[in-house]
Amino acid sequence: MKRKYLYILPILAILGVACEPSIGDDKINSETYYAGKADFSTYVAVGNSLTAGYMDNTVYRSGQKNSFPNILAQQFKEVGGGEFTQPSYADDVNDVGGLLLNGQPLPGFGTKMIVNMSTGGPENIKGTSTIDINASTLQKKAYNNAGVPGAKVFHLLAPGYGSLAALAQGKANPYFVRTATSGETTVLGDAMSLKPTFFTNWIGANDVLGYATSGGEGVDQNEAGGIDPSLYGSNDITHAGVFKQAYETIVNTLTSQGANGVVATIPYVTTIPFFTTVPYNPLTPEAVGVENIDQLNQFIGLIKMSLSAVGQGDRIDLFSKTEANPVLIQDKTLEDMSGVIKMGLQQAAAILPLTAEQIELLSQQLGRARHATGKDLLLLTSRTQIGADLPISTGNPVIDNMLKIGITIPLSDAFVLNPIEQQKIKDATDQFNAIIRGSASEHNLAVADMNELLTKAVSGLRVEDGQIYTADYFQGLGNLNTVLFSLDGVHLNARGYAFIALEILKEINKHYEANIPLVNPAVYPGPTLLPKND
Amino acid sequence: MIRKLISLSLTALISSSVFAGGYRISMQGNKQLAMGHTGVAVINNSAETLFFNPAGAVYLKDKFSFSAGATVLIADTKFQNAVYGWENETRNVGTPFYFYGNYQATDWLSIGLAVYSPYGSAVDWDRDWQGSHLVNSIDLKAIYFQPTVAVKVSKHFSFGGGPIFVNGGVTFDRNVSRSMTDENGNRTDVNIKAKGVTAWGWTAGYMVNIDDHLRLGMNYRSKIIMKANDGTASFNDVPAFGAAMFKDGKIKAEMPLPAELTVGASYQWNKWLFAFDYNRAFWRVYDALTIDFVDNPAIGKSVNLRNYKDSSTYRFGVQYQATDALSLRAGWYYDESPVQPGYFAPETPRNDSRAYTGGLTYKFKNGIGIDLSFSYLHFSDTNSSYDYYMEDGNYVSFGGTYKSAVTSAGLGISYSF
Repeated sequence: MKRKYLYILPILAILGVACEPSIGDDKINSETYYAGKADFSTYVAVGNSLTAGYMDNTVYRSGQKNSFPNILAQQFKEVGGGEFTQPSYADDVNDVGGLLLNGQPLPGFGTKMIVNMSTGGPENIKGTSTIDINASTLQKKAYNNAGVPGAKVFHLLAPGYGSLAALAQGKANPYFVRTATSGETTVLGDAMSLKPTFFTNWIGANDVLGYATSGGEGVDQNEAGGIDPSLYGSNDITHAGVFKQAYETIVNTLTSQGANGVVATIPYVTTIPFFTTVPYNPLTPEAVGVENIDQLNQFIGLIKMSLSAVGQGDRIDLFSKTEANPVLIQDKTLEDMSGVIKMGLQQAAAILPLTAEQIELLSQQLGRARHATGKDLLLLTSRTQIGADLPISTGNPVIDNMLKIGITIPLSDAFVLNPIEQQKIKDATDQFNAIIRGSASEHNLAVADMNELLTKAVSGLRVEDGQIYTADYFQGLGNLNTVLFSLDGVHLNARGYAFIALEILKEINKHYEANIPLVNPAVYPGPTLLPKND
Repeated sequence: MIRKLISLSLTALISSSVFAGGYRISMQGNKQLAMGHTGVAVINNSAETLFFNPAGAVYLKDKFSFSAGATVLIADTKFQNAVYGWENETRNVGTPFYFYGNYQATDWLSIGLAVYSPYGSAVDWDRDWQGSHLVNSIDLKAIYFQPTVAVKVSKHFSFGGGPIFVNGGVTFDRNVSRSMTDENGNRTDVNIKAKGVTAWGWTAGYMVNIDDHLRLGMNYRSKIIMKANDGTASFNDVPAFGAAMFKDGKIKAEMPLPAELTVGASYQWNKWLFAFDYNRAFWRVYDALTIDFVDNPAIGKSVNLRNYKDSSTYRFGVQYQATDALSLRAGWYYDESPVQPGYFAPETPRNDSRAYTGGLTYKFKNGIGIDLSFSYLHFSDTNSSYDYYMEDGNYVSFGGTYKSAVTSAGLGISYSF
């Protein structure tokens, strides 16, 4: 009789062990996320390098996975998003990016940048690209990610921009050549062939940033009145009228089948580390060498004296032994003073033994030189220039030691955006952004204001989890986990593209009354650090 | 679904997991667990009193009393964050155990030995889950060995206590940052191990028998700081550039097992026994989990703020003597979480809990009693975060909704003669 209680033993054990503890209602269920007024079934991304997933100076296989459109597309899958394809980089076997044309390296399309921990410097990774463009490697396929690095707004409408034959003449874009469905097609035509229901359009940055990254070496076509883009140089600022027509054609086309989408604005150069990392006055007395300053000041004093004689003495100043000194730069907007400088150098032959040829060269260089001020922007690429030796030795070691770029020899104008150049860039950026916003408003599209976003990030932008992201260049381990820009200083890194995707998602959720889960930039990789580069 | 189903074998006694408040686990006797884990003022003719209040041991009727058992528990935690669409869950199995033996030396003195596992936590999240920068997995164990002496002053008053020797260990794994990987994309993690860590503490209590019905008790268990002086840290999937910084080496760390004060009362009424315990755990001692990477000056000290607060537990239990052989028990308790807002770390992903317990003892004619218990702990849902993870000079937050529950089934055996 009492034995029957024993049966309770296994029953209790089974009850306790097997019964699934009830945890209650889920926070996330099938109704949590929804597409709102948008239809994400076919998402197509139109744009330039920023859309293509370009980072660290190239597109490479592992980097492209973290393009912002690809990050977005993964989130869209929660609300009915379909498959999202990107140009194939399976041929980037060693994951270094770069491009070859018919087996030969394509100039200007080098390998990705990495941080070489043994030298501390960002540099292109050693190795050769395996991405070869030739008649047999053309993919001839339209992809959902239609971003083409280097494209300006009018390029998206240009037939032949993906023609291999035109590429050999330098008239096509190698990235579009790889994917164009035909030699005559356009970027926009291929994109539309996918019948997008939703799009992102982030185009236009190259129409002004090409000029900016060249240090203002191109032509501002707004001033020149150039309205035929086929005649533009790659560093020119696009005429606003040309921009408006092309941009509106693109948006009209994208929306022509009823698609919704997001357009994005163009950031100011002052939000991009390529233009903000190198200070105008990096020459601390220690960097120059305190013991060298007296000698340097003899030389600088000589030049200053010559300039003072013609009322231009404030172009340059003597070096300070206590404070950081500005870089000596070339400013083509200045009046040429090479004549008086030449005279001064000739008169000083006793203390500065230079050949007539050297005097000629130096005075030419210094004729339009001045010290940089806080209003000048020095390009990231000037880092390796400042303090460098002259390309050609004078044959006199003492003089060689004194003639350094940025110290006694002006840094080329191509590494500096002076205030006049900056104003042209800002005016064009404002005009283009007004066109972008106007077009968005006309078609009731969401606007991702990347200019505003990155402007906020200059002083630091706090995201959902409390982390503060800034628009800084990689500074070492201090911002390893938060740096958003890739090592080229212009493009974002994987984390930065997630940051962009986060902003776009917020805009979509707001504008289209959708609820799409956000992404967290923190979990995306930053720069590639290598112990050495070999 | 079942992510981790460790062997349920009852023979795997040397393992315990889950915690009520913090990483404390209240399963030190199947009789008393069935009564809401009350017992500071309960004798119940069981050696379990050696844990609940050693002062009670001197009132045990038989010369020798033994009690041993174990509990199998399943702890489920679900984590969700709707902002990012994060979902994760973890299931962990634990087997806390106990052994109590008491010898009634004279009618006023008893000596005994208690071995039990009051602390432990095994939480095993999916590797590289969203909170992996805080914890991938943790397994903490501490076994208490407690010889006791109890002295009867009169039939109204007794006291008892003894030293506690603790042997414990911990393994702890987490990713070194939110994004670092090796060259193949595997997340970089650090695994910390400290085994065979020992420490001493003590316990003492007294019992007051007002009359044949009403009994009062008090028990104190001291805090014990587990100091690991020769633990190891091993780093996995380290990228080449970090090889010098993240190199395997020794670590030093401390983990406090907090002091506990319990006061309570029991009332015997015919076949009924009612018990109430109030329990205060002095968790404030756990201000930070600091790991000192002594061989890695580049890392230095990793300070993980915990900032626990002291917390209370309110326990109620009832027992009904159905027949001479069969006792039935039930209980309930409310356990406050010691975790303060902003300090909710997923290594102890639990909130305030309510426990429902039950069980029985069947005593065979030969004197052997079988004790059964079961319990269900429901932890209040909580939208909580850990806001003190330092990344590039800023504190960042990790959180979401945590839902937890624990079920347990225990089997014990008692014998006295």
